Amino acid sequence: MRLTATALLCLVCCTSATHADEVQVAVAANFTAPAKQIAADFEKDTGHQAMLSFGATGKFYAQIRNGAPFEVLLAADDETPARLEKEGAAVAGTRFTYATGRLVLWSAKPGYVDDQGEVLKKGEFKHLAIANPRLASYGMAAMEALTTLKLLDAVQPRFVQAENIAQAYQFIATGNAELGFVALSQVFKDGKFVEGSAWVLPAKLHQPIRQDAVILDKGRGKPAAAAWLKYLRGDRAKAVITSFGYEL
Amino acid sequence: MSIKAHFRLDWPGFTLDAALDLPRRGVTAVFGQSGCGKTTLLRCIAGLERGAGRLEVNGEVWQDAGRFVPTHLRPLGYVFQDARLFAHLDVGRNLDFGMRRNRGAAMPGRDPIIELLGLGPLLERMPERLSGGEQQRVAIARALLTAPRLLLMDEPLASLDHARKQEILPYLERLRDELEIPVIYVSHAADEVARLADHIVVMEDGHTVAQGPLAETLARVDLPIRLGEDAGAVFEATVAERDAEWHLARVEFDGGELWVRDSGAAIGKRVRLRILARDVSIAASRHDDVSIMNMLPATVAAHAGEDHPALVMVQLRVGGTALLARLTRRSAQRLDLAPGRRVWAQIKAVALIG
Amino acid sequence: MLNPADLAAIWLTCKLATTTTVLLLLIGTPIAWWLARTRSWWKGPVGAVVALPIVLPPTVLGFYLLLLMGPDGAVGRFTEWAGVGLLPFTFWGLVLASVFYSMPFVVQPIQNAFEAIGERPLEAAATLRAAPLDAFFSVAVPLARPGFITATILGFAHTVGEFGVVLMIGGNIPDKTRVVSVLIYDHVEALEYGQAHWLAGGMVAFSFLVLLALYAFTGRKTR
Repeated sequence: MRLTATALLCLVCCTSATHADEVQVAVAANFTAPAKQIAADFEKDTGHQAMLSFGATGKFYAQIRNGAPFEVLLAADDETPARLEKEGAAVAGTRFTYATGRLVLWSAKPGYVDDQGEVLKKGEFKHLAIANPRLASYGMAAMEALTTLKLLDAVQPRFVQAENIAQAYQFIATGNAELGFVALSQVFKDGKFVEGSAWVLPAKLHQPIRQDAVILDKGRGKPAAAAWLKYLRGDRAKAVITSFGYEL
Repeated sequence: MSIKAHFRLDWPGFTLDAALDLPRRGVTAVFGQSGCGKTTLLRCIAGLERGAGRLEVNGEVWQDAGRFVPTHLRPLGYVFQDARLFAHLDVGRNLDFGMRRNRGAAMPGRDPIIELLGLGPLLERMPERLSGGEQQRVAIARALLTAPRLLLMDEPLASLDHARKQEILPYLERLRDELEIPVIYVSHAADEVARLADHIVVMEDGHTVAQGPLAETLARVDLPIRLGEDAGAVFEATVAERDAEWHLARVEFDGGELWVRDSGAAIGKRVRLRILARDVSIAASRHDDVSIMNMLPATVAAHAGEDHPALVMVQLRVGGTALLARLTRRSAQRLDLAPGRRVWAQIKAVALIG
Repeated sequence: MLNPADLAAIWLTCKLATTTTVLLLLIGTPIAWWLARTRSWWKGPVGAVVALPIVLPPTVLGFYLLLLMGPDGAVGRFTEWAGVGLLPFTFWGLVLASVFYSMPFVVQPIQNAFEAIGERPLEAAATLRAAPLDAFFSVAVPLARPGFITATILGFAHTVGEFGVVLMIGGNIPDKTRVVSVLIYDHVEALEYGQAHWLAGGMVAFSFLVLLALYAFTGRKTR
């Protein structure tokens, strides 16, 4: 048994010594925590190293179009990878949805948000944080949901817009906005809410928030890039992704 | 006596310990080498430095143990060595600065003071476009226009070259003659002091070492040591005769008469004379076969050693006037110059200083 | 071309920068005066605090301001107690943040000017019967005029150029907190490069002209 383990370890080491490679990955900010965990597993299992950069998908787009050295993009939406593919900056046929985000109405105060979202109708709040819908897919989804609920006109004057979903979380977590729309992945860990109170919006209220991954031009033909995408589809990665509240 | 002061100030490497007792009128020179504490003493009087001590001006207490009148509430005028005109105001507004803030006290006339200091053509100029001498004149006028009851002047001529000094000195003399208030004039230049002061305070290492009326104090034999080459007597005389052929004038003083270069002063005018100790020699009898024009019968009053062991300082009495003569110790011994001995004073040079 | 939202942002930016600059001149002048003249042990620490925004990333400042002005922060508790509510996402919240953020750009030129003036003209003023406050306004302030002009220009321009802090505490609300720099960021992020160019180009031109004016002014002074 011990011998087997040593041999296995030796094998892994040898493999990584001979085939170990790096892959440069641009990761949407909302996927930061799961990506780190998956990257750690990825290195253990394959010997390859995923170098992660976190940021806004729009900014990554501009950087990629201007020669940034990213090999794989894990976007916060499905439009940007499609656009990159159409423009020839991504490898055709590598695009797939690695996670589907869930939108949640969240407050740092326990008991503030009810599980039906009635708090929105009562409107006893001063600030409702939302990611800028022009920039963030979660913001767009929130707008769609409010439109469906016919509450948009009532609550829009109380919007405070964050540049991205991470900043929306910050506004709410510091108590400056009583509540707001964030990604479930930000407030959900190991099957439960980390703190505060939340209402997970029914998926039918908005278009699904598909987060697509794609191999970029710089990653064309790189084994580590292909390995990363393959790993992302694997069971171990999927378990991590769902544990953070994403759907697949 | 109307200004009584005592100050003590301890700074690292410097201690001021000065006592003053000054007359109600006239110019008092505070005289001493650079670094002796003259300016610090003046700043204490103005309240710009705060040392321990007491200051009483015309019966008003400006400072004592429980009281310190801040500078802006002291009715004084201060002329700084660097004129310190306000660069953002033209000459006229600089003059008005203190005048506008002087409430209560009787207003001095603005125009007479502008005239006294010859500032008429300068009123609209900015300070940066004035010469050093002009700046000082403006500063003096600015101080006077606050109707001060005490005028403090801190080496107002020290930063000026010779020509500029000569430009300002006549104005200062007019001030001395026309002002009704006491002036304390700090200087390290013996010629300015001799020319302007009525009263002198000598300072050394932060201490006042001598004070009194100018002629009396300058003629003290124990003091000239501190004046070095500038030691000499200053006294007043009256122009009695002017000789057009030789361009000389005869002046009379308490004890005799002297021939001096004719300065243009009219007959009957009071003039101030200065005779340096190094320009006076002593003879046991009268000699007429020398180039020296002025010889006066005198009595030895006192003598004292000089800073160089070869020299002595001798005080001579000529009537009611004291002269100083500096001689070698050997000559003094050869002539047996004991007090009371009658001699002739041979005077090589007399300066008519206004 | 500029649309009404852009124009509103420009107007808001001018309002913010003007308010901030006026407040900073009022608050910064006594601080500069104190810093220029004190021999207190506190001079170092206070000077360092004033200078902090020069070296700190705006996000640090913005983050702490968000915490401080929030319902659990000291400032937030005070403003709620005082009945003005919470400051984040409000115009006055931005003003407060900008005052901190642009403080060194106003205080330092004035402080330098006061230091250059020194004690001498003030002593002269005291001997001319001017009480300390009188001397401050009639002598120190006019003599420090170049410092005040530099401070005004830099304070205004720096507030106009402020981005990180506004992003952190602004909430991007039209007419309240959506200033030009944030709007440019939005345009760029939304890939509206045309719109971005109008504003960004305008900002470059504005900053250039401001600095040109400043250098022309200081150059004239030192000549």
